[in-house]
Amino acid sequence: MESENLAESRDRGCHVIGRAWRGMAAHLSSGRVNLTALREAGRRELREFLDKCAGSKAIVWDEYLTGPFGLIAQYSLLKEHEVEKMFTLKAGRLPPADVKNIIFFVRPRLELMDIIAENVLSEDRVRSPLRDFHILFVPRRSLLCEQRLKDQGVLGSFIHREQYSLDLIPFDGDLLSMESESAFKECYLENDQTSLYHAAKGLMTLQALYGTIPQIFGKGDCARHVANMMIRMKREFPGGQNSIFPIFDTLLLLDRNVDLLSPLATQLTYEGLIDEIYGIQNTYVKLPPEKFAPKKQGEGGKDLPTEPKKLQLNSAEELYAEIRDKNFNAVGSVLSKKAKIISAAFEERHHAKTVGEIKQFVSQLPHMQAARSSLANHTSIAELIKDITTSEDFFDNLTVEQEFMSGIDTDKVNNYTEDCIAQKHPLIKILRLVCLQSVCNSGLKQKVLDHYKREILQTYGYEHILTLNNLEKAGLLKLQTSSRNNYPTIRKTMRLWMDDVNEQNPNDISYVYSGYAPLSVRLAQLLARPGWRSIEEVLKMLPGPHFEERQQLPTGLQKKRQQGENRVTLVFFLGGVTYAEIAALRFLSQMEDGGTEYVIATTKLINGTNWIKSLMEKLEPPPF
Amino acid sequence: MMLCGELTAPPHPGEEAGTLRAVGLAGGAMNRMKVDEEEYWHSSKCKAFTFDDDDDELSQLKESKRAVNSLREIVDDDDDLEKFSWSGEPVGSISWSIKETASSSSNAPEGRDSGLQKGSSSHPALPKQTSSYSISSFFKGRNKLGSFQSLSDALSDTGVKSYAPELRRSKAEYKDYSSDWSPKDTVRRMQRGKICSLERFRSLREKLELLDEAVAVHDGNVITAILIFLKRTLKKEILFQELEVRQVALRHLIHFLKETGEQKLLLDLLRFLDRTEEVALSQYREHLSIQDAEKRREFLKGCIRLPFSSEDAVHVQDHYTLLERQIIIEANDRHLEAAGQSEIFRKYPRKASILNMPLVTTLFYSCFYHYTEGEGTFSSPTNLKKTFKIPDKQYVLTALAARAKLRAWHDVDALFTTKNWLGYTKKRAPIGFRRVVEILQRNSAPVQVLQEYVRLVEDVETRLNLAMKYKCHDVVIDTYRDLKDRHQLMAYRCKVERGSAEEDKIDSILSNLVKNDSSPTYTQS
Repeated sequence: MESENLAESRDRGCHVIGRAWRGMAAHLSSGRVNLTALREAGRRELREFLDKCAGSKAIVWDEYLTGPFGLIAQYSLLKEHEVEKMFTLKAGRLPPADVKNIIFFVRPRLELMDIIAENVLSEDRVRSPLRDFHILFVPRRSLLCEQRLKDQGVLGSFIHREQYSLDLIPFDGDLLSMESESAFKECYLENDQTSLYHAAKGLMTLQALYGTIPQIFGKGDCARHVANMMIRMKREFPGGQNSIFPIFDTLLLLDRNVDLLSPLATQLTYEGLIDEIYGIQNTYVKLPPEKFAPKKQGEGGKDLPTEPKKLQLNSAEELYAEIRDKNFNAVGSVLSKKAKIISAAFEERHHAKTVGEIKQFVSQLPHMQAARSSLANHTSIAELIKDITTSEDFFDNLTVEQEFMSGIDTDKVNNYTEDCIAQKHPLIKILRLVCLQSVCNSGLKQKVLDHYKREILQTYGYEHILTLNNLEKAGLLKLQTSSRNNYPTIRKTMRLWMDDVNEQNPNDISYVYSGYAPLSVRLAQLLARPGWRSIEEVLKMLPGPHFEERQQLPTGLQKKRQQGENRVTLVFFLGGVTYAEIAALRFLSQMEDGGTEYVIATTKLINGTNWIKSLMEKLEPPPF
Repeated sequence: MMLCGELTAPPHPGEEAGTLRAVGLAGGAMNRMKVDEEEYWHSSKCKAFTFDDDDDELSQLKESKRAVNSLREIVDDDDDLEKFSWSGEPVGSISWSIKETASSSSNAPEGRDSGLQKGSSSHPALPKQTSSYSISSFFKGRNKLGSFQSLSDALSDTGVKSYAPELRRSKAEYKDYSSDWSPKDTVRRMQRGKICSLERFRSLREKLELLDEAVAVHDGNVITAILIFLKRTLKKEILFQELEVRQVALRHLIHFLKETGEQKLLLDLLRFLDRTEEVALSQYREHLSIQDAEKRREFLKGCIRLPFSSEDAVHVQDHYTLLERQIIIEANDRHLEAAGQSEIFRKYPRKASILNMPLVTTLFYSCFYHYTEGEGTFSSPTNLKKTFKIPDKQYVLTALAARAKLRAWHDVDALFTTKNWLGYTKKRAPIGFRRVVEILQRNSAPVQVLQEYVRLVEDVETRLNLAMKYKCHDVVIDTYRDLKDRHQLMAYRCKVERGSAEEDKIDSILSNLVKNDSSPTYTQS
C-alpha cells in the first residue's frame, strides 16, 4: 500500500515520520468547491508529458519543486509512467542510471540552467549510455533560460522542452497557492509582472474548471493588471465557450501592498504561530524531535531522535482542522476536551463483554489510534509553542506590536526596538518592528528613520544599506511625506483595532491577532456587506485603484440563488497571504449569518519573516 | 531622553486597555516585576486571559498530555498505523523516492553496464559522444555572424535535428516558422511557447510594435525575449530613449540586466535615466563579491564619491573608514598574536578575523583587546567612538559587555563613575542599572559585584526582584529596612542561611524597628 503523503525535503538527509494512510487527497473535496478536479487536471497534464518521453526515465528535480509537486502527485504515479530513478539537481556529473530518458524538472531560473548545462556537458565526457534529455519548465518555459542553455552550448541536447503550468496548487479544500516565493519582490520591487501573468493564467484554468466568475472586484495596481489580463485572455481565446455552471460568484483581487501591516504583525492563531516559529513548507512542518520521542516502556529515552520530526498539516486531520484557526489561547481547552473523549473511548474496552462488543471495539481501534496520535502530536506542538509565547521577549515584542497597531507612540524611537538592536536580536525581527511602526504611522519622521537606520547599519553591517533601500522601495519603510498620518483614520473607519476581543469564542476576525483585525480581510468583509461604497474615503487612502468588472454569462448559466444559500467568493492575494488572514476568512465563512463562503488563492503563503527575507539583499557569507 | 532612564521600562499599564491584549498569550511575562501591574491585569477586563498556574488555559495541555501518555500502553504495541520511522520520508513521497532510487542505483553497478548495452542497442544510429562541445557545436549551425547570439537561433532546434531526426518538427510547424506573422501574432505565438523568428522585424517601428504588444499582454517572459532582441539590434541610445517612454519594458530590462550581471550596460542605462542614486547603490552592491579585503577597501573608496542620497553617503563613507581601520587592526593584531608576547592574546586567542565585521562588533573587539590604549591609536575604543560618533548608550553597552566578559570589574566600575566639579563621585548609567545588572549576571559576575549595581536600580520593586533573583541578600534586607517593612523582613529571614551574617543583620534591624512602624509605608509609584 502506497502512502499518499508527499513530502518535500530541502536538505537531503532530513528524515520524516511516516503517517497514517489516508484516502486520496480527500481534504481537497471537503470544501464548498471541490478542488480535487484541479489536482486531477494537474495529474493528467503530468502523465501526458511523461508519456511523450517514451521508455524508462529518470527525473532530475529542482529541489524547490518537490514540495509543490508532492501536493499534485506521488511517486507511484511517476512510477506507472516508467520513472525509475529520481535525483536532486546539483552541479557536476549526473548519477548513473540505466534509463533511456533524463528529464529535468526545473523552475525557469538562470542559475539552474548553468547547473543543467554542467550536468549535460559532463554526461558526455564519461562513457555512459546515450540518454535522451528533456526539460520541463515549471510553471513556464522561459526564453531567457533557453538562451542561457544556448550560450552554454547545450540547448540542442534537449529533445522535449516543455512547460508544466503548475500555476495554482491546491493546498487544502479552500486554499490555493502558486508558491512563487519571489512574487512580492518581483511585483512591488522590480515591477516584473510575470507572476501576475501566471496568476491570471491560473485564474483562467480555474474558470475553465469551475465556470466563469461573473463578478470581479479588486484593489491595487496589480489587481487591476490581473483583471485586465483575464478580460483580455477571455476575449482572445473565445474558442472554449465555457458551458460550466459557475461555482464562484465573486472574485476579489487584492494587492499585498494595500495591506502591508498584517504580515508584519505576529500571527496568534495556532497554525499562524506554527508558521511563525517553525515555518510551514508546502503543508509540512519540521519540529524539534525531543517532544515526539516514542516512549516505549523499558527503553526510557535511550536513543532520542536527533532528526527533526516532520508532520503534514492540513484539514485531512480532523483535530488539526478544528484547532488550526483558533487563537492559540483557545487551543489548550480543545486539546484537553479531546483527551477526555479519547480516554473515555478507550475505557470502553472494559465494558466490552460479548464477542460482538469486543469486535465492535476492535473495529473502532484504528480510528481511535489515529485520533490518539493526532492528539499526542498537537499536544506536543502546543507545548513547544507555549514555551515561546510565555517567554518574556515574546511578551515584550507583542506588546510593542500592539501598541503600534493601536496607534500608541508610533512617532518616536521605540525603546524596545532599540534594546533589541543593542542585544543583536535577529535583524529580520528588527526590520519587522521598524517596518510595522512605519506602516502604522504612514511613514516615519526623518529623525526617527535616520536613527533606526544608523543603529541597524552600525550593529549589523553597512552592507544592509541595500536591504533598507529595498524596504523603502517596497513601501514598507518610508519617510512620512505628508504631514498627515492616515493610519488612525483607516484604523477607526475599518475597525482594525478591537479592544474587546474574545479569544475563546470570537465574534470578530480581530481574534486572529488578538486585537488587530487584518485590513485585507476587513476589505473582503466590507465588500460582502454593506459594500465598498460605504468606505470610499478610506479606499482612496489605500494605494492603487479599486474597481469592479462583470463577466457576461449565457442566460442558461445565470445563477438563481436558493433561499439561504451562501455566495462563494474567491479572494486572491497578490503578493502573499498569512495563515492568520486565512483563519480570519475561514471565520467569516463559518459565521452563521455571514452569507459568504471564501476560497483563498495566493501567490505564496507568507509570514513576516520569510516575507522580509525575500526583500533582503542576498549577502555573501562573511569570508571566514 | 533616550540616552538615560530605564531602558526596559515595562509597558505602560494604564495607557490603553487595548495594549494589554498581549497578556493572554504571554502569561509568562507575568512573572515579571511590578505587583501593581499584576493587580491591574487582574482587575481589568483582561482577567480571563491571565494565567495562574491553575486556571491557565494551556495548563490543560498537561491534562491532555497525561491522557495521551496513559493511552500509550494500550495502543503502542502494534501501532502499525503510525510508523515512527525516523530514518525515512513517508514511503512514496517524491523526496523519499529521490533518495531511494538514487541509492539503489549506486548499489547496483552491474545494472549500469547492462544499461550501457541496452542503451546503445536501442539507439544504434546515434554517434558516441565524448564531448558535447565537439559534436553539438558542429551541428549547431553557427550562423553567418559567427556566433549564436540570435534569439531566433536559440529558438530553433538545429542541434536536435541532427541527432534526433525522428523528432523533427512537422512540416506544418516549419510553415508557421517561416510565414509572415504580424507583431501581434508573433507575440501570441511566443506566449504559447511556439518558435518565432524575430529577425524579420527590421524597422524600428516594427520592433517597437512588437515590444508594445508584449507589454500589453503583461507576459514578462515574452517582454524579456523581445528586449534581448532589441538590445542586440538597436543602438544603445535609441533603445534607452524608446524605453524611457515605456516604463514597464524599461523595468524588465533593468531586472534582466541585474539578473544576468550586465553591470556596465545597466549603469549606462541608469545614468541615461538620471537615476543616479540607483547607479550608486547598484555599483556599491558590487563590493559584496570582492573577497580580498584590500581590494574591497579600494573599491569602497571609489564608491564614496558616487551620487548617493546624503544619508547613504555618510554610511558608505563610514563603511570605507571602518574597513580601512579593520585592515590596520587586523595586520597589527595578527602580528601581536603570532609573536605571543601580548598576554591578552595568549589568554584569549582570537576566534576570527575582525575584517568585515559590523561597527559594533569591532567596538567590542577593541574594548576587549585594546581597552587601555589612548585615543591616538586606531584600535582604541575611544578613537572608534569619536570617529564613528557612536552614541554614549551604544558605547557603554558594548564596553560593559567586553569588560564583564574579561571580569575586569574595575573597568566596569569606572564606566559608571562620574565626578562632579566638587570632586564627589556619582554613579550614572545611560543604559539604566537594570541592564547593567543583566549584562553582568550573564557574564557570571560575583554577588559582591552584582549587588553593588542592583543597589543602584532606582525603582524599588525592580530592585527587590533583581536582588532576590540574584540572591543579593544585603540589598533585599536594606531595601526592606528602608521601607520599614517588618513583615517582609521576617519572611525573608526564613530564606537566608541559619546563623549567617544576613540573619544577624535582619535580627538587628528588626530589634531596632519600632513595632508601630511595621506596617509597610511604601506606596507604589
